[in-house]
Amino acid sequence: MLSIDNLHAGCEGKTILQGINLDVKPGEVHAIMGPNGSGKSTLSTVVAGHEDYEISRGTILFDGEDIADLSADERAHKGIFLSFQYPVEIPGVTVTNFIKTAINQNRKAKGLEDMPANEMLKKIREKAALLEIDSRFLSRSLNEGFSGGEKKRNEIFQMAMLEPKLAILDETDSGLDIDALRIVANGVNKLRGKDRAIVVITHYQRLLEHIVPDFVHVLHDGKIVKSGTKELALELEEKGYDWIKQGA
Amino acid sequence: MDLKETLLSSYLAFDAQDGPQHKLQDQRAAAIEVFEQQGFPTKKEEDWKYTPLRNLIKTNYTVFPKEEVSLKLDEVKEYILQDVDTYKIVFVDGIYNAYLSETTHVGVDVCLLSAALTKPKYAATIKKYFNQIAAKDASLTALNTAFTKEGAYIHVPEGKLVEKPVQIIHFTTDKNPSLLLQPRNLIVVEKNAEIQIVERHQSLTTNESFTNVVTEIFTEQNAQLDYYKIQNDQTTASLIDSTYISQRKHSHAKVHTFSFGGKLTRNNLNFYHKDPEINSTMKGITLIEGSQFVDHHTLVHHAQPNSESHQDYKGIFAEKSTGVFNGKIIVEKEAQKTNAFQQNNNILMNDKASINTKPQLEIFADDVKCSHGCTIGQLDEDALFYMQTRGIPTKEARGLLTYAFASNVLQSVKIDSVKKRINKLIAEKLGVNIGFDV
Repeated sequence: MLSIDNLHAGCEGKTILQGINLDVKPGEVHAIMGPNGSGKSTLSTVVAGHEDYEISRGTILFDGEDIADLSADERAHKGIFLSFQYPVEIPGVTVTNFIKTAINQNRKAKGLEDMPANEMLKKIREKAALLEIDSRFLSRSLNEGFSGGEKKRNEIFQMAMLEPKLAILDETDSGLDIDALRIVANGVNKLRGKDRAIVVITHYQRLLEHIVPDFVHVLHDGKIVKSGTKELALELEEKGYDWIKQGA
Repeated sequence: MDLKETLLSSYLAFDAQDGPQHKLQDQRAAAIEVFEQQGFPTKKEEDWKYTPLRNLIKTNYTVFPKEEVSLKLDEVKEYILQDVDTYKIVFVDGIYNAYLSETTHVGVDVCLLSAALTKPKYAATIKKYFNQIAAKDASLTALNTAFTKEGAYIHVPEGKLVEKPVQIIHFTTDKNPSLLLQPRNLIVVEKNAEIQIVERHQSLTTNESFTNVVTEIFTEQNAQLDYYKIQNDQTTASLIDSTYISQRKHSHAKVHTFSFGGKLTRNNLNFYHKDPEINSTMKGITLIEGSQFVDHHTLVHHAQPNSESHQDYKGIFAEKSTGVFNGKIIVEKEAQKTNAFQQNNNILMNDKASINTKPQLEIFADDVKCSHGCTIGQLDEDALFYMQTRGIPTKEARGLLTYAFASNVLQSVKIDSVKKRINKLIAEKLGVNIGFDV
């Protein structure tokens, strides 16, 4: 589904990713771990299509198509979703209105009519329940004054609504207490499926106890320096990132 | 002959026409003298520094319509709120149009100023209120006073809650080119009374037109006024609106100004507090493009203790458009415990667009809360990217963000039909389908 080959990318003339290779197939969950500054967030931002980032070498294929020239919204229409580490506050647009707009813009891109209001409402209720989101929450301005946990739940709620093929979860565990972590992880697990791939980007192993990955990759200095199965995460937790840095 | 001279000689004809027997003659004569001395404001005057009238007054406007024009409802339907039951006072080229109007004297007077000025039963109210709060020394207000003849007269008696909003609508047609309209409105809301008013000036032609409107409003004790100005005119139509509101104890006057069109629009919105414990609210959304120009000059004169004023103006300026915001708050020495808030936020969509924004606080009391904030910025790039990752294309994302920026001003709009209309106008201006209601 996602095939990254020798990706070199960065922004403002600085190359941050120095030759990433990653192959993600439908149904798989990959974890990308790494110390601060290793390029984790850059990788997710580049795949999502931020226009300030430039690819200097290598390719990103999604379902076999080179997506380098596609804008972020076009990538979203193809089925790529990025859950933000720091979701942006949008005062004046409620959670419900935002997701309605997003759903209908995705449908429009596919040549479909707007989703009928009752169908939309039903879906919103269903997905909100999945993330234990209160209906009052849905009429608040998007992310404005939300707690860390509420923001992340809202991200996964949007993922549930948009049903992407590939979801990249950037530091979804940061700022979460144990209860919120459980709710978010449960939500993500319910969204796992044979046609959907998930890439979990995280600094800590903690989230991976809840969202158990099929593969773990360790990123350091813009390169994947080690790949393995879920046991790698435990080993990393035990030995710390210095172990990787020394080995690299 | 320049416009000033034309107007001065027109005044002689106007005065001769219905002057001598007219009870306003003295006031008119005094007013034309003020205008004669001051002329049109120039950029040398602080209050008009950023607002050039030079081009506007190059056109030789006439104050006399050549003919009375009739309009079919179908021709103007889109400019009149239809989905709500309202009283209507409609003027076409400055002349009252009975066919499009719905006035009343049942429970409330919603009628013509010309009638109120001539009929004896209104004499006491006219004497008490007419030209009492309008500035005598402001040349454009004086010009209006000099030519006062017609406008809306609304008198809400004590304790009356007027359920139907009143629409005051002025149309300009192509039958009377280069017309200078000078409507004069008088609105009195007596003790414990309530009313909602919607005012609109709409040109139906691409001929140049110029409206210099003056509105005097009095809210007596505990009266509630909700006033909406919808300014979405042709790019050949200019408007100078001077509104003077005099408030008594516990009254609340709210004015929303939606400026989406026109060539040059200047709003002088003035609140005068005559008692303690008064509330004044003024909000606005300005959304313009091309070489449009919109100026908001607000004044709140806090003269007595324990009063509040709230100002919230949002401006969105595209292309080469220009905005001005000048918010003057005076807090007199006696006006302790005043709460005065002022907010003016602007987004420039383009580097050729501009806004001159200036808070002007003159505070003589020592126990007050006054705050003001102006911001000028662009749309948040991070928010745009965030929205894109959810499949919302840049154009729609920009539209939605801009809409969101302005939308909190809409939350205080009490007439649903106005709210919907403004919502729709914003969406149209931004070229996006908002797809939901506020």
